[in-house]
Amino acid sequence: MSWINALVQGVLLGGLYAIFATGLSLAFGVMRFVNLAHGDLAILAAYLVLSTASTMGVSHVVSLPLVVLLMAGLGYVGQRFVFNRTIGPDPLAGILCSFGIGVVVQNLLLARYTATDRYLDAGSIETSTIRINDSVSIGHFSLLTFVCAILLLGSLQIFLSRTSLGRAFRATADDPATAQLMGINDKRIYGFAMAIAFGTVGIAGFFLGARETFAPAAGPNQLLFGFEAVVIGGLGSLWGTLIGGIVLGVAQVFGNQLSVGWNLLAGHIVFLMVLAFRPNGLLGTGVRT
Amino acid sequence: MLVVSEVSAGYEDFRALFDVSLSVREGETVAIVGANGAGKSTLLRAVMGQVRLHAGSVHFCGVDISEMKTYDRVKLGISLVPEGRKIFPSLTVRENLFIGSFGKRPGPWSIERVVSIFPMLDRLLNRSAAKLSGGEQQAIAIGRALLSNPRLVLLDEVSLGLAPVVVKQLYNALPAISNQGTTAIVVEQDIHQALAVSDRVYCLLEGKVSLSGEASRVSTSEITTAYFGAAV
Repeated sequence: MSWINALVQGVLLGGLYAIFATGLSLAFGVMRFVNLAHGDLAILAAYLVLSTASTMGVSHVVSLPLVVLLMAGLGYVGQRFVFNRTIGPDPLAGILCSFGIGVVVQNLLLARYTATDRYLDAGSIETSTIRINDSVSIGHFSLLTFVCAILLLGSLQIFLSRTSLGRAFRATADDPATAQLMGINDKRIYGFAMAIAFGTVGIAGFFLGARETFAPAAGPNQLLFGFEAVVIGGLGSLWGTLIGGIVLGVAQVFGNQLSVGWNLLAGHIVFLMVLAFRPNGLLGTGVRT
Repeated sequence: MLVVSEVSAGYEDFRALFDVSLSVREGETVAIVGANGAGKSTLLRAVMGQVRLHAGSVHFCGVDISEMKTYDRVKLGISLVPEGRKIFPSLTVRENLFIGSFGKRPGPWSIERVVSIFPMLDRLLNRSAAKLSGGEQQAIAIGRALLSNPRLVLLDEVSLGLAPVVVKQLYNALPAISNQGTTAIVVEQDIHQALAVSDRVYCLLEGKVSLSGEASRVSTSEITTAYFGAAV
């Protein structure tokens, strides 16, 4: 029965990875942009929740919407004034730029908040559980995270398929030069896409910070999990991101079940196997060349 | 409506157009003919702002648009059916048409009206555009450009790579476009096809205008000389 519990916990953990990886997947899907600062931005968002909550005298949960808006604004401005300048046939400029921004964010956080571990308080929901039977129980907070992942991906799916702006996202992803012939300002679309990506990383930062403690240097590890989820699911595929997150989550929890040291290793092994046997991911249709 | 004055343009070090001037009046259909590599597509791309001008200017309805971004030119009312169709493969046929109206310019064109001139699209609206034939994709590309409700539509080699029967279907739709008051520039390698639908014609040779005149008054020998650079 403990394996069933591991499966349930792994699936729920996948929801957290999916929220985190959604922004990576969107940035790659729309503008072929690999954001190496994504993990550091999630940690930045977690610290912003801490700071806005203490400044405004409200709970961490209440300050989350403000942080999501702040992050979205930062994403739009960052894309319009920094990342757009790196977009071109060679992706290296964008990769190096985001790597540099990640280093700067880490060091600014270290200077402002020190290296002490912090955590976010999501209230009593963090510890309450639904008990299914003696060996299987579901944490309310894990369930909430998973439901948020579904809602987030579902909303994005509706936005991309049903709205004029969403179609413009997809057209720009297909062919930015031809999208301009439709009256679409591709650079502005990139700004909106990055605003959504940063907004989702704000939500991910909150869930990460409430699940475990964090410090300024925690970003790169999270980035690795995010990349693994995106690659397992299929580059640029939104629902693939959820599938990838679930596969990674289940692999990690199963690994932990085998032996404590196998936790992360099992996830990495599954990631490498997908890369070797299905390099386009489980739901991916291939990368545009 | 459109005035191109002494335009030189090209790609990086390569210059494809030399001091090209032409004008298009409202309601006209103007043909631009020329051999492969004569600079026809580059001229349309220069009008759309997809290549930088080295010299000269482009005015549309009295506005100097030489430095304007492509998407702003579309909002002013110019639309291009690009060479090679450039359909968005991840969008359905209906979405490909709909995206043409992104700028929300008011005008007569709707998906229903596009389908009325291209009936072949009616049963395909919910299909993926990537899996259609060349002729069907070209109809989508023309319909998509019309849905931006342009005052001037530029058609770049719509017959390229298509069977004659399909080309005939597409060209049969052109009168319906001009009947809506839309001005058109038709770029073609096929002289007869282009002359049959246009009021005036410009011929390009090695990046320069080698002939211009009314389509009905240009003789075959004149245009052949202008097209190939020597009497054939």
